[in-house]
Amino acid sequence: MPKIPRPPKWFHLPRQPLVRHLILAIVAAGGFYLLTNDILSTYNTVLVGEIAFYAIALGGLSILTGANGQISFGHGALMAVGAYTAALLMVHTHFNLVLELLIAIGAAAIAGVIVGIPATRLKGPYLAGMTLILAVGLPLLGNQYGSVFNGDQGLVTTPPSPPGSVNPELWLTWIEILGALVIMVLLANLMKSRFGRMFRAVRDDEVAASLAGIHVARTKVIAFAVSAGCAGLAGAFLALSSGVVSSGEFPLSLSIEILAGMVLGGAGTLVGAWWGGIALVFFPQWASSISKAAGLGTGGNAYLGTIIFGAVLVLVMMLAPSGIQGGFRRVGSFADRRLFRPRGGDVTKSLQTGSE
Amino acid sequence: MPGAGNGMTAAHTARALHDASDELRVSELSVVFGGLAALDGVSLSVAKGEIVGVIGPNGAGKTTLFNVICGFVRPETGTITFRNKPLRHHQPHDLAKLGIARTLQGVGLFRGLTVVENVVAGAQRRVRAGIVSAVIGGWRSSREEMALRRRALAILEEMDLDEHADRFPAALPYGIQKRVALARALMSDPDLLLLDEPASGLSEHQMDDLGSMVRELRSRMGVLLVEHHMDLVMSTCDRIVVLNFGRVIAAGTPAEVQRDPEVTTAYLGEDVSAVHQNAGDDGDA
Repeated sequence: MPKIPRPPKWFHLPRQPLVRHLILAIVAAGGFYLLTNDILSTYNTVLVGEIAFYAIALGGLSILTGANGQISFGHGALMAVGAYTAALLMVHTHFNLVLELLIAIGAAAIAGVIVGIPATRLKGPYLAGMTLILAVGLPLLGNQYGSVFNGDQGLVTTPPSPPGSVNPELWLTWIEILGALVIMVLLANLMKSRFGRMFRAVRDDEVAASLAGIHVARTKVIAFAVSAGCAGLAGAFLALSSGVVSSGEFPLSLSIEILAGMVLGGAGTLVGAWWGGIALVFFPQWASSISKAAGLGTGGNAYLGTIIFGAVLVLVMMLAPSGIQGGFRRVGSFADRRLFRPRGGDVTKSLQTGSE
Repeated sequence: MPGAGNGMTAAHTARALHDASDELRVSELSVVFGGLAALDGVSLSVAKGEIVGVIGPNGAGKTTLFNVICGFVRPETGTITFRNKPLRHHQPHDLAKLGIARTLQGVGLFRGLTVVENVVAGAQRRVRAGIVSAVIGGWRSSREEMALRRRALAILEEMDLDEHADRFPAALPYGIQKRVALARALMSDPDLLLLDEPASGLSEHQMDDLGSMVRELRSRMGVLLVEHHMDLVMSTCDRIVVLNFGRVIAAGTPAEVQRDPEVTTAYLGEDVSAVHQNAGDDGDA
């Protein structure tokens, strides 16, 4: 077998987290610019924006569930907190968009702390139950306090005005992509830091973690707050994209979709969040074109999307239990072993180390 | 004066229950679980550079004692002081900051972390970078991480574990996993090390290695060792405390404890010990 040389040293990314993740984000930003500006139609561009804000919510949940081991069925509700905060600010104030988004993140993070504190005492199904109640109950407040949240009618958000002749929808998409990439860089940094290690240590063994000096409850609350902040930003972007925030925008199914998308993409990985986002946005699209082709009515649409999603989820879990990204990683490491390592020597070495 | 020169053994034999050089001091500790006394007036102390063994039959209260010291269980009565400071309402995660490290009866490694990451996790006591620095991923946070990693690799090398640094614990034999757990405890550079059955599941040879490793630690820290394997305890410890049904039934040097008839009774039962004593008397005669 011909030996393919390993890529030269300069090709490797630097280890410093900020530099490394910024390089990746800038490359990704370039790709997204080409994709949205030159390749896709305006309609599909809007979908890319949706993928971006789903990726934010999924990335945050991925850290909470994948890295820290806490399950949440309530992220739709936390998105609602971010969305309503941003919408209320847009209706009542004239802050600039960045400030409004930051406040939305902060409000959702505070909600995350409030949810996260009781969550430190709950595990598995009990935590799932508690967060489920959150997902069902919190959006109803939108109806309950109609004078503030305007009930079913909802609050109208003001889309950011683009500079010059840029298409407003394209401009919003770019803002969403930029927001997603910034969040990805920050989350990747966090996971490379001692906090990432603490999250995973607490997930694996709480007793051992506390004996190592990790404040288990505080670590769990931090994970919840970070995750909720991401959901808040995703919610604010959802509010901007749909133009209106009403209680109907945040049904229980949103929370479940986010959880399923996160698992599908690969729990604990940030790239997986993008796969999950793609699945959440495109499966309903494919479903509607399939049902159109099959001659099903519009009523079949909604169900078909859910059925396809469920089927793909089952398939992925069977083929790659650690999600799409986990599957790619396995293929990657297999290819790496086959292509870059001389066969004979390496096999004997792995046998030696494996046999002790 | 206790602890002042004239050889370790002599000093420790003459040692009173408590003295000023103690790092850890446990006095009159009592814990009751549902009407049953798990610990009943237990006192012991560990000085810097001293290895103290806690032995006793199953259910004697050894692990409960550790759990009380670590703050997992609150005692009904009694006090714990570390370096003359009383430990009240302390939580397990406070121990590392105080300079106390503990290994667990199993291995208690983080299965989702590589060996080197597991060891780095033991250094929680020395990390400084806050969450803002971590999120930004600046040099302050990354330099600290790199220094910790280097230190963890140095400890792994010292313990002959460096070849496993990037593996996950599940891929390693049990004996190696136990050594990694010890390496993680040492990463915090503790002043007092609590070892909860470190030899369980080890082969004879591995146990000898463990014994010499623990003896070497004496120069840097005090060690409190809970263990079932008598050979290891007898050959390693400076002093031994014997627990039975939550009470201290004997304490002293290994030789003293071995001679104590109550200890044999506790371990072997009344009748057998009588036979044993008779046999011993015969031998002496």
